[in-house]
Amino acid sequence: MIDRKLAPDFKAIDNINLIRPEYKKLDNGCNVYCFNSGDQELVRIEWVFNNLRFDPAKPLLNMAVNTMLTEGTSTLTAAQIADKIDFYGAFLQVDYAYENSQVTLYSLNKHLPHTLPVVLDILTDSVFPEKELETFKRNQQQKLQVSLQKNDVVARRDFNKAIYGNTIYGLGATFDNYKSLQRDDLLAHFKQMYQPSNCTLIIAGKIEPDTLTLIKDTFDKSWTNGSIPANVSQPDIQPAKELFYFTEKPDALQSAIRIGLPVINRNHPDFQPLQVLNTVLGGYFGSRLMANIREDKGYTYGIGSGLGSFKQGGSFFIATEVGADVCKAAINEIEKEVNLLKTELVPNEELSLVRNFMLGSLLGSLENVFSHADKFKSIYFAGLDYDYYDRYALTVKNITSAKLKELANTYFNFDQFYKVIVGKY
Amino acid sequence: MVKFNRFTLDNGLRVIVHEDNTTPMAVLNILYDVGARDENPEQTGFAHLFEHLMFGGSVNIPSYDEPLQRVGGENNAFTSNDITNYYITLPSANIETAFWLESDRMLSLAFSEKSLEVQRNVVIEEFKQRYLNQPYGDVWLKLRPLVYKQHSYRWATIGKTIKHIEDARIEDVKAFFKKHYTPQNAIMVVGGDVKLEQVKQLAEKWFAPIPAGEKYLRNLPQEPEQHEERRETVTAKVPLNDVYIAFQMGARLDDDFYAVELLSDVLSRGNSSRLYRSLVQDRQIFSEVHAYITSSLDKGMFVLEGKPLENISIEQAEAALWDELEKVKSEEIPADELTKVQNKTESTMVFAEMSLLDKAMNLASFELLGDAEMLNQETSKYLEVTTGQIKEVANKIFRRDNSSTLVYLAEKTESALA
Repeated sequence: MIDRKLAPDFKAIDNINLIRPEYKKLDNGCNVYCFNSGDQELVRIEWVFNNLRFDPAKPLLNMAVNTMLTEGTSTLTAAQIADKIDFYGAFLQVDYAYENSQVTLYSLNKHLPHTLPVVLDILTDSVFPEKELETFKRNQQQKLQVSLQKNDVVARRDFNKAIYGNTIYGLGATFDNYKSLQRDDLLAHFKQMYQPSNCTLIIAGKIEPDTLTLIKDTFDKSWTNGSIPANVSQPDIQPAKELFYFTEKPDALQSAIRIGLPVINRNHPDFQPLQVLNTVLGGYFGSRLMANIREDKGYTYGIGSGLGSFKQGGSFFIATEVGADVCKAAINEIEKEVNLLKTELVPNEELSLVRNFMLGSLLGSLENVFSHADKFKSIYFAGLDYDYYDRYALTVKNITSAKLKELANTYFNFDQFYKVIVGKY
Repeated sequence: MVKFNRFTLDNGLRVIVHEDNTTPMAVLNILYDVGARDENPEQTGFAHLFEHLMFGGSVNIPSYDEPLQRVGGENNAFTSNDITNYYITLPSANIETAFWLESDRMLSLAFSEKSLEVQRNVVIEEFKQRYLNQPYGDVWLKLRPLVYKQHSYRWATIGKTIKHIEDARIEDVKAFFKKHYTPQNAIMVVGGDVKLEQVKQLAEKWFAPIPAGEKYLRNLPQEPEQHEERRETVTAKVPLNDVYIAFQMGARLDDDFYAVELLSDVLSRGNSSRLYRSLVQDRQIFSEVHAYITSSLDKGMFVLEGKPLENISIEQAEAALWDELEKVKSEEIPADELTKVQNKTESTMVFAEMSLLDKAMNLASFELLGDAEMLNQETSKYLEVTTGQIKEVANKIFRRDNSSTLVYLAEKTESALA
């Protein structure tokens, strides 16, 4: 008979092997990083650009230009672009984030001769046709109307505005922002931003020598820099003075809560230790916030905390949606859990669980060659090197409960937290 | 091509092993052949509530999550109208922990009153968060009973009403477990950095001692063919009008399933698709429009959805959708257009092989359909579809007397400007 009460032996995770890229620089200044691995005959290619400096008078340009890259060039209509890509079973995505915008192509290797020229065309010759721009503006405003009915969305907007102020991180787009988009502004923005010297090309998958030659031939000679270099500096963040924001929704069944504050970013030595503290509090399913507020009290379907890291700064936040009648009670419990970290040591049992969970998570996040490229992006765009991950593993393995308590006292002052509530309070 | 081996334990548990040595991780996926369709009409939402209770401790192990996190693992689960699926990913060196945890909860749960009480509340909050406190969140609560009159697909997995969840009793939980959570009703897939012999040995050790239980024989009333146009209009606190048109379609294993799925791709997959190009870009009728199928094991739904622009009436919006449907009914689509959606499907299948968890879940689903090997024949089935078949299924499905139309009208209040 087996003893089912007894857990099987387990091993701690020692080695985490990250695939590092090969580096090349094209003559036009574009940096190229290659991750060659995998059995499937396919690649993911990303063209990543730094966003231009945030202009409060025209706050949506970075987003609008990126989103509209697939809407037409001087030789291809939006429909033709979509047709060409879809016909070859490829996927072409545009993604806008606070600091970077990118174009991603997923393609079977055999179809690259047909799919790469489409990407070159949109990167060099997008024209943002007037009709498509009007469609974009109108549809985005309709989507905004829907989003603004969602309490969690409103809470996130209010929170970001409070802690990041008038920067790209704090922007909550308004109807007027969309209405004021002008084609000429998009074109000028496009010309300055989408040039090879402002681009990092990241290739992951099965990279044959032919593949690389094809990419180089397509994106070196035919792609040149413009006369004005990209201005990618960003204004400083000025958090708001007011800490408390409540938007009442009389019919709400649930209230969205978002609580937190600006903190250090990835480049600070306390960041990784703080990631451990965050995990204890709200960073995994078994976290203290989940254990208390979902699994013990049943106030919510989910609650979590997280750390954001940007070039200009970072943030810590706790987010949840709770029954409208238990909103105050939930906030009290959140406060209790935050303060407990400052007064009591995290027990060894719990800390060892968190250590193993975090290392397992890191290992598990390396599913395929694309994930290795993603790990690279996180450090590369923060200006860090691979020893960041070595330090991460060491920190997770060795951090003490005393250090966690010290961190909580340094960074977590609940009275100084920004608190946003949308619903009932 | 996803290679695998399989064997069945004496108690009826089917086991599939997929060795993939490119990863240091392992996956253990268990599919239970039970979903919301198996619920009693007076106790809906039970399969999903039960899924939550599966994490409330088992007969020998008081906490499910804690020991798994301790060995670097993660898990989750989902319930659909057809199945309930649980999965663990963890470093392969610790795979035995997954066998230990999963076999104990297949053996028996702790059936704790406290866990039931808390999970009832959690699920009620989930009901509110996803279905009631969101604009259009209640669409499936309204659309399903319009399309289905007899079949148990007429309620959503979350349940018909919060009351059914509030009323759940521990005796019901025990009975549900006994009826559905047996080795005979489960399919286990173990994948990743594992070996067939190792999995055999661990399966024998941890799962073979579990009693076979009784076989659950499903006997659900099937949905009769629809012969009348159905319609419901609701005025709700939503920002924009919204139109849904749902049609009854065949079951997952019907021969024409592949043609129907490609038809939905022709209409709505990507920016080159017909509905987007015609109704969003050219004619400017909708701000967004979608078409999709439910891929249900019994008779499924083919759904069209669109949010009309503010200057467009509901009648115009519906007429525009029907225009597009009439086109695919009256004319065969060009061969190139079919090749396009076939190519897209083919590359999607190749990309899916990049994910260990996706592979494991797919193997389990196809084994439930009858044979895991079907996963490797899928692509060719899509490639065999002809333009004639696409036209044929369009005519079969897109009939007025096979349609159920649900319209949301936005209640006029002052708009929430940011």
